Amino acid sequence: MIEINHLTKKFDQFAAVDDLSFNVAEGEVLGFLGPNGAGKSTTMKVITGFLSPSSGSVTVDGNDITKSPIEAKTLIGYLPEGAPSYGDMTTLEFLNFIAEIRGFRGDEISSRVQHVIKEVELESVVQQTIETLSKGFKRRVGLAQAIMHDPKVLILDEPTDGLDPNQKNHVRELIKNLAKDKIVIISTHILEEVSAVCTRAIIIDEGKIVADGTPAELEAKSKYHQAVSVRLNQDYDLSSDLSGIAGIGNVVKEEEENSFTILASSSDSIFAKVSEIAQSKQWPVAEFHVNRGQLEDVFRSVTIHSQGGE
Amino acid sequence: MQNLGIIFRRELFGYFATPLAYIFIVIFLITNGIFTFDIGGFYLRGQADLLPFFSFHPWLYLFMVPAIAMTLWADERKTGTIELLLTLPIKLSEAVLGKFLAAWALTGIALALTFPIWITVNYLGDPDNGVIVAAYIGSWFMAGGFLAIGSCMSACTKNSVIAFILTVSICFTFVIMGSPILLNAFPGWIPQFVVDAFAALGFLTHFDSISKGVLDIRDFLYFAVFIATWLFASAIVIEIRKAN
Repeated sequence: MIEINHLTKKFDQFAAVDDLSFNVAEGEVLGFLGPNGAGKSTTMKVITGFLSPSSGSVTVDGNDITKSPIEAKTLIGYLPEGAPSYGDMTTLEFLNFIAEIRGFRGDEISSRVQHVIKEVELESVVQQTIETLSKGFKRRVGLAQAIMHDPKVLILDEPTDGLDPNQKNHVRELIKNLAKDKIVIISTHILEEVSAVCTRAIIIDEGKIVADGTPAELEAKSKYHQAVSVRLNQDYDLSSDLSGIAGIGNVVKEEEENSFTILASSSDSIFAKVSEIAQSKQWPVAEFHVNRGQLEDVFRSVTIHSQGGE
Repeated sequence: MQNLGIIFRRELFGYFATPLAYIFIVIFLITNGIFTFDIGGFYLRGQADLLPFFSFHPWLYLFMVPAIAMTLWADERKTGTIELLLTLPIKLSEAVLGKFLAAWALTGIALALTFPIWITVNYLGDPDNGVIVAAYIGSWFMAGGFLAIGSCMSACTKNSVIAFILTVSICFTFVIMGSPILLNAFPGWIPQFVVDAFAALGFLTHFDSISKGVLDIRDFLYFAVFIATWLFASAIVIEIRKAN
């Protein structure tokens, strides 16, 4: 259990993290979202004990990160932003160093190192110096280092940044497999990733939480939640058929030709109503489906003020 | 303490994983040779001691040691590995000391590899080997003093060139503090104890007496305290500036 209590981190007068409070329990995979500069990385740096909080506290399984840092850090595996590692070492040397400093001794070192090498598929590059590796491999070395001691808490700052789609998928599978009985916090810009791996998402902006819930709950906040998308074979005026019907909001014409999105005015399903009308009025339907709601839309609506008119 | 050893080994290994350690050692040995034989007049003096060898060390260290020290923390900050290192379950003091000791060991290795000159002087004459051993240890302690300054300066910046220049400047100040040129420049009305106190802070005062075979524990203590102070300062600077 990670408890974050009224955490504030100021740089000079600027509050990068502003009175943040939340708990994360075992088994949760928390997606940490927010625009650039929202305070995601700073929060992670405080949780991992790299930066000390200006006020408030962080406890990991009851260990306060400022009062008993060694105990707390022992429980945490951390992949910092950009996956830094010692470039002049080979993958194997670097992982041996991490294993040693994580307290493994003797034969344990090589068995543990072999285990993580297998887990993140680094077999082909064990003898290469890290600075010669591709971005994807460097990221995986960073991940290997973070999971070395099978930590109870895994904190990953943009773990899939710069990876190709296959590698992204692989890392997500890895995170899902690791997540059992653990606490995982990942920060990301990629919203589909949240739906794919997270059991909970927190959106922060200007150091404050602006949304917190399961990905499904957040999607429900979207104006596209329960909306029905329709693509027609030919031009047809839908809005006159739909006007005045309870529960149905605006009809939005999409960029694609003859495509419309029928928004719901409440969170109730409008699918049945719309499909009934479509049949009775004999719409020339080519495609017809319900939207789950778009996380991206929620993200934009809760963080829009800081985007500076973009 | 185990962590200290692990960090020490990683750092020392790091020096030898790149050409840095080899280049440092080779240039250190060549420069030492030039200073001792050409400029120092080792043969012309006709004396069986290593005074010309050791008396150039402060000036040699002035440029060589900051070159090792400059990357100590600046590179960690630049590549972001400082975030990795300081979120491992280790104490900051272990990281500071481990890195310092690795760099100090490298200067120790370079210094030890000058042993042929010690053999030479023993072959040519009958030197006081006790004095030579003391001077070697004194020289190594002085290198530690330079390194400790470098550790602190390296912690101040991400840019290792700036760290180098800062380190050279501060080391230069501490070298000339004890030099006769500076001490003679004090006007006569300044009380002698002020001049003495000033000189006592300089490297040369302590190193000269050690290299002449005057074994005073206070000279070694001076370097030990000096190193400890600058390493403590390094830790404070890292703590304050790691976020930048």
